[in-house]
Amino acid sequence: MNVMYFAWVRERIGVPQETVETEAATVNDLIAELKTREDRYAAAFADISALRVALDQELSDFDAPLAGVREVAFFPPMTGG
Amino acid sequence: MQVRVQSEPFDAGAELNGFAQGRTDIGAVVSFTGVVRDTDGTLQEMLIEHYPGMTTSAITKIVEEAVSRWTLADALVIHRHGPLKPGEPIMMVATAAAHRAAAFAAADFLMDYLKSRAPFWKKEITDQGADWVAAKDEDEDALNRW
Repeated sequence: MNVMYFAWVRERIGVPQETVETEAATVNDLIAELKTREDRYAAAFADISALRVALDQELSDFDAPLAGVREVAFFPPMTGG
Repeated sequence: MQVRVQSEPFDAGAELNGFAQGRTDIGAVVSFTGVVRDTDGTLQEMLIEHYPGMTTSAITKIVEEAVSRWTLADALVIHRHGPLKPGEPIMMVATAAAHRAAAFAAADFLMDYLKSRAPFWKKEITDQGADWVAAKDEDEDALNRW
């Protein structure tokens, strides 16, 4: 699946997006998997309460299932307006 | 109903003049323009990042909600992204309704939701360095008003 990062999450991980091959069942599972990969992921996902997630361009929850999802995006709380 | 996400500047006055033009069934037009603020005189630039695949659809859903809740005759949202200088317009909303209460309330609702639910992130580049603007708890709390 395509995983995207925005704002300081993007800066901490170092790429705006990447393709991730995963069997993770939920967003939480995906995060746990990414955190074991490299320190930069562990740093970006250290505090989940500071993050938001969108699945296929819709705001979602960290316990949401990933079955059928093509795009996951992680970002800090939005600051529009 | 119109939603525009763009890097180019816009002329808020011209946009407002063209908004809901020719409608004779409305009695109220309300508009809000957000401007890049340089509180301490140190801001060089505000960089607005967004999520291109999601931005327009997320804003459209917010506007549709406002239009149906307050039976708006028309609504407009323009939001910019990219590097902006102090004093430049960031975004504007305009609402048109039969009566002013609905137009004011809908514009207020739009602003609250655009602040916390539209995928934009602001970064301030100042003389001291660059920092992401943190979301405020009161911005999230403001959504509970609706």
